[in-house]
Amino acid sequence: MKLFPVRGGIHPDYRKDRTSELAIVALPLPKTLYLPLQQHIGAAAEPVVKAGDRVKKGQLLAQSGGVVSASVHAPTSGVISAIAELTAPHASGMPQPTILLEPDGHEEWAELPPGIPDPFSVDPNVIRARVAESGIVGMGGATFPSAVKLNLGSQHKLTTLLINGAECEPYLTCDDRVMREYAADVVDGARIMARALGTPKVVIGIEDNKPAAIKAITEAAQAYTDVEVISAPTQYPMGSERILVQLITGQETPAKKLTADLGVVVHNVATAKAVHEAVRFGRPLLARVVTVSGGAVAEPKNVLAPLGVMVSEIVAFCGGLKTPPKRIVNGGPMMGQPLPTLEVPVVKGMSGILALTAEETSEQPTQPCIRCGTCVTICPCGLVPVDMAAFIRKDHLDSAARIGVRDCVSCGSCSYVCPAHIPLVHYFNYAKGKLNALDREQRKTDHIGKLVESHNVRIEKQAAARKAAAAAAAAAAASANPENRAE
Amino acid sequence: MWIAVSSLAVMGATLGTLLGVASRYLHVEDDPLEQELLGILPGANCAQCGFVGCGQAAAALAKGEAAVTLCPPGGKSVAEKLAKKLGVTADLDAHEEKGPEYAEVIEDLCIGCTRCIRECTSDAIYGAPKQMHSILRDNCHGCSKCFKVCPTEAIKMCKVPVTMGEWHWPKPDDLPHAG
Repeated sequence: MKLFPVRGGIHPDYRKDRTSELAIVALPLPKTLYLPLQQHIGAAAEPVVKAGDRVKKGQLLAQSGGVVSASVHAPTSGVISAIAELTAPHASGMPQPTILLEPDGHEEWAELPPGIPDPFSVDPNVIRARVAESGIVGMGGATFPSAVKLNLGSQHKLTTLLINGAECEPYLTCDDRVMREYAADVVDGARIMARALGTPKVVIGIEDNKPAAIKAITEAAQAYTDVEVISAPTQYPMGSERILVQLITGQETPAKKLTADLGVVVHNVATAKAVHEAVRFGRPLLARVVTVSGGAVAEPKNVLAPLGVMVSEIVAFCGGLKTPPKRIVNGGPMMGQPLPTLEVPVVKGMSGILALTAEETSEQPTQPCIRCGTCVTICPCGLVPVDMAAFIRKDHLDSAARIGVRDCVSCGSCSYVCPAHIPLVHYFNYAKGKLNALDREQRKTDHIGKLVESHNVRIEKQAAARKAAAAAAAAAAASANPENRAE
Repeated sequence: MWIAVSSLAVMGATLGTLLGVASRYLHVEDDPLEQELLGILPGANCAQCGFVGCGQAAAALAKGEAAVTLCPPGGKSVAEKLAKKLGVTADLDAHEEKGPEYAEVIEDLCIGCTRCIRECTSDAIYGAPKQMHSILRDNCHGCSKCFKVCPTEAIKMCKVPVTMGEWHWPKPDDLPHAG
């Protein structure tokens, strides 16, 4: 397959060798699992169990709460001890409703929906329904409900399902290990997803710094003519879906559009594996592979962790912290978000837990911009970070939006290269959040405006009706009076 | 050729005169300052400033009869813009950022008098005489008119909580470590 050049990008120190050769190890069951109702983008799930209920492994605990939402299942059998507000694994450190499950250690399976023996002959809707009921979300970190994304074929003409195995973030090796150890499952899951989407072709993109994964997936895909494996150049942020699509199509996804508008839908490799398990065996999403790494972790590992286990327990399983970390990061070091504490649960989108030392974070005081233009050269989206940040600093958010701050994918390359250590991507994350908040405010204002208008119309109508009734009554009285007089 | 030139010249002169006359006699008196101020205000006509709508508020501002901090939903940013436009210094120390609010009925105290319902401009309150009232939070814009008329203090104003989906990073300059 012909690969096209992509713009910009950086080459950070990858530091993947700490965990890339370590096989995935399963974490022993902890005493309590903490399952947040919101582990995905969209509406929170609604609990269908209550404190005191005995549940089995794979049983539904919380039903998806809308079209864009995802269900939560019991990762093991046990007793629901409470549904409480608990700190979320989110940079805000806000609490959110969480189901507490105390495992009984029996690992007793609930009655699962039957496996679909031949997914390539069933209706695509059956596959989508199964993915939806299995609570699968984008496991690369975006956590968008996968079933919704598998429905894009109904509105767009799709040509390719692109499976994202780029894993361009430094440190992270969870996708690498999944591809090496579950290559056949990933390829099968990918082909099932292609069936659901109606795409004739599957392309699996892997960065060329993972030769073992490329080899494993190529071997697993050999039997299928519709699957192609490509070796993508190692260049951050190759794993950004828009960049990866540009690599294989040579086209840039237009602003405010989806890659589906170019005929390509992108899913992560771990998502493909989860789809394989849900469709073939009826197993919902109960666990995920997490890379635990960083200079402060004693024994970095790739851990297969049940959803809901505390980050502190995983870190303890990896030998604990040898030095106090400067930062605990959820995800990779480039785009990951800081965790407020170690006492937060593992969720569906948590690809990595990094405990970074001060040398690794290398935070420096911000200095004035020297207008070197490096950020402009490396921006993979073709934006001008220096100008956007200047606008945002002076609160000219609309000007920043005009030059495309909303098209920023927050890859952090600009912050990484900035010699003045200006927190550029932080400005853009702030601006995008603030612009969204302003949009919400505007929508609310418009909504209220409509209500006020209809209220006024109603009041006027009522007043007119009253006037008419009074006039009618007066007329009736007037016409009745002469008769009275006549009598 | 001179026929074309002269006919066009005549047409131009006549139409020009017509336009000139029209602009003089059909002129609408419009205060440009008022229009600019109206552009700065949110335009929701929420009446939280005490005026009927943003237009009236802009008129009062233009005449200097209202403080630049009059607009609660606009907050500090609108106050600053108004002050700049009017060339006055806004005393923002006394001005508190309230943030969006919504009203809620305290069920134990509501006597069902329907006064709040009559006051609500966005039909956010429902209920019947001598029945408990309720407020639809999505339709409430926190103007606090109902709060003011309630005879039993059965309405409280609550801050709209920030949800995790709505949370966003603060501006970098607000952080202590940023230079």
